[in-house]
Amino acid sequence: MAIEHLGYLVEQLNKFGDSKPVKISVGPILYYWPKQQVLDFYQQMLEAPVDIIYLGEAVCSKRHELRTDEWIELAAELNKSGKQVVLSTLALIEARSELSGLQKVCDNNDGLLVEANDMAAVQMLSEQKLPFVCGHSINIYNAHTLRILQQQGMQRWVMPVELNRETLGNILSDAGEMGFADQIETEVFSYGKLPLAYSARCFTARMRNLPKDDCRYSCIDYPDGVAMQTQEDEKLFTLNGIQTMSGSCYDLIPQVPEMVDMGVNVVRVSPQSDGTEKIIEQFREVIDSGKSETSLIARQHCNGYWFGQSGMDQVLDTAV
Amino acid sequence: MELVCPAGSLPALRVAVDSGADAVYMGFKDDTNARHFAGLNFNDRKARQALDYAIDRKVKVFVAINTYAQPKGWKRWQEAVDRAYDLGVNALIVADMGVLEYTCNKYPDLALHLSVQGSATNHEALKFYHQNFGIRRAVLPRVLSLAQVKLAAEKSPVDLEVFGFGSLCIMAEGRCYLSSYVTDESPNTCGACSPAKAVRWEETDLGRESRLNDVLIDRYQEGENAGYPTLCKGRFKVDDHVYNALEEPTSLNTIRLIPELSAAGIKAIKLEGRQRSPAYVEQIVRVWREALDTYAVERDNFTPRGEWLDSLSKVSEGTQTTLGAYSRPWQ
Repeated sequence: MAIEHLGYLVEQLNKFGDSKPVKISVGPILYYWPKQQVLDFYQQMLEAPVDIIYLGEAVCSKRHELRTDEWIELAAELNKSGKQVVLSTLALIEARSELSGLQKVCDNNDGLLVEANDMAAVQMLSEQKLPFVCGHSINIYNAHTLRILQQQGMQRWVMPVELNRETLGNILSDAGEMGFADQIETEVFSYGKLPLAYSARCFTARMRNLPKDDCRYSCIDYPDGVAMQTQEDEKLFTLNGIQTMSGSCYDLIPQVPEMVDMGVNVVRVSPQSDGTEKIIEQFREVIDSGKSETSLIARQHCNGYWFGQSGMDQVLDTAV
Repeated sequence: MELVCPAGSLPALRVAVDSGADAVYMGFKDDTNARHFAGLNFNDRKARQALDYAIDRKVKVFVAINTYAQPKGWKRWQEAVDRAYDLGVNALIVADMGVLEYTCNKYPDLALHLSVQGSATNHEALKFYHQNFGIRRAVLPRVLSLAQVKLAAEKSPVDLEVFGFGSLCIMAEGRCYLSSYVTDESPNTCGACSPAKAVRWEETDLGRESRLNDVLIDRYQEGENAGYPTLCKGRFKVDDHVYNALEEPTSLNTIRLIPELSAAGIKAIKLEGRQRSPAYVEQIVRVWREALDTYAVERDNFTPRGEWLDSLSKVSEGTQTTLGAYSRPWQ
């Protein structure tokens, strides 16, 4: 009995030793990839050192390489791996069909956690008293809002991408004072092109002079979106169907130790068509070593939002 | 349908009231409202005068406190709500859940309208705001088609207001960060989109250039109409073609849709333009008043008059109007 008990303790200690101070998540694929590419990607993710996998269509309901049922099936399958799997949902919900698709995801029989990206999802999930994650397109700009959503069943929130570290710190300390900080997890969109806007208009169809209702699924030809430049060839935005994204890649790898200190629980990597595993490995290295030697400037990426500047800015963090 | 008109200043408020507004909406002189521009909006004294003027003439006053409160400024948003309540306004137009909660707890009798910045595009989202904060009305984002507006109206637990005329956001309001990506200020955080402080005009050999925080937004040749460099309305390069990759400079005009909006059960029409001059406000309010009054008597054979369309086109961005999300290419 005593030996068994000791064994249990050792196991727990080992678990504790293994536990990471901050988890890595892979966000939903925001682009439109062929089905096989999606399936291959998630096979890779099972092997990659990520703790949380978000998946599902979060941008456009017309995309159908995987239908809602197939996303749910895939999620249930991946969930057997021991990684946490979260079903992600559309950010812009306008049509009846979009609402019924959303309902299907929220009602999933596998008890999978759902990421709400529109208040419609928050409503459906809270009405059923189901726990949920609030994605970065839910407008949480202060601790009062955070508490309202926590009381509705929110377990984790992803900070809106335009907020900075100072605001995040203030929100978390306010949440501490209000006595609920330990009941939620905080996730930060830490790598990838930033989702900046959602429209009724499809910009990918527009660039091909197609009406949106006959878009011919143009997005599938652009696995990382379409570059939109200024007339001086400056990379400005990325067109991704109805979504507009940043032209540059947001990159907070050097800021991971700072995020850990602030109490961030999850860092999110947004999938790109190539090299996502390498990015995840870099995050894992920084998390495990507790320090970052990666030079942002060499990467030509942006990080301005984190420092309270224009999102497109590159700020050299002297603390790193 | 109630006609809700913009009042960026006391003179604009007066002409809106005199030209036939059923209600006017205004904001205070700080970042608590989504038109936080220099020289615009109301201090305490002006707000009092505005209220007196409108109430005497039986016109309602709504106050927009519709940006997102951040921790450092939380008190400012609270005080704005307190001030509006003390003024005796008819309703607050609010986006932030924290501010909605504060208002409905402290002033349960004060009518709350969900701002377009609240970004509720469907009845489930509307239900959330109704159940949790008791909102009585919501302003729908300008991204919905007519069928979608009808669906929302059919199932909405609250009255709905839609935009009738003015500058057109093509992105779902309240969830657009294009401006902060380029300039560090956004509608959500600061009440500003493509803020004037970041605008620069330059005459160059290649043409007249408009820049926002040094980023080239557009370049105009002689004879071309140069518009304010709102980010989403510039000409950019995609696949080696230069065009209005997101949207042309144009104004939304839904005057033709009055019968359909009314049949759908829409309770109010909002005119955009708190940043515009009193002359502009007078023009658009007068036309819309006449249109709504005409519709009230000519219900079955309402057609917009040519002169209404002409005078609205003249004051439109790029002197053109669009049905926006109501038109087919958007759907």
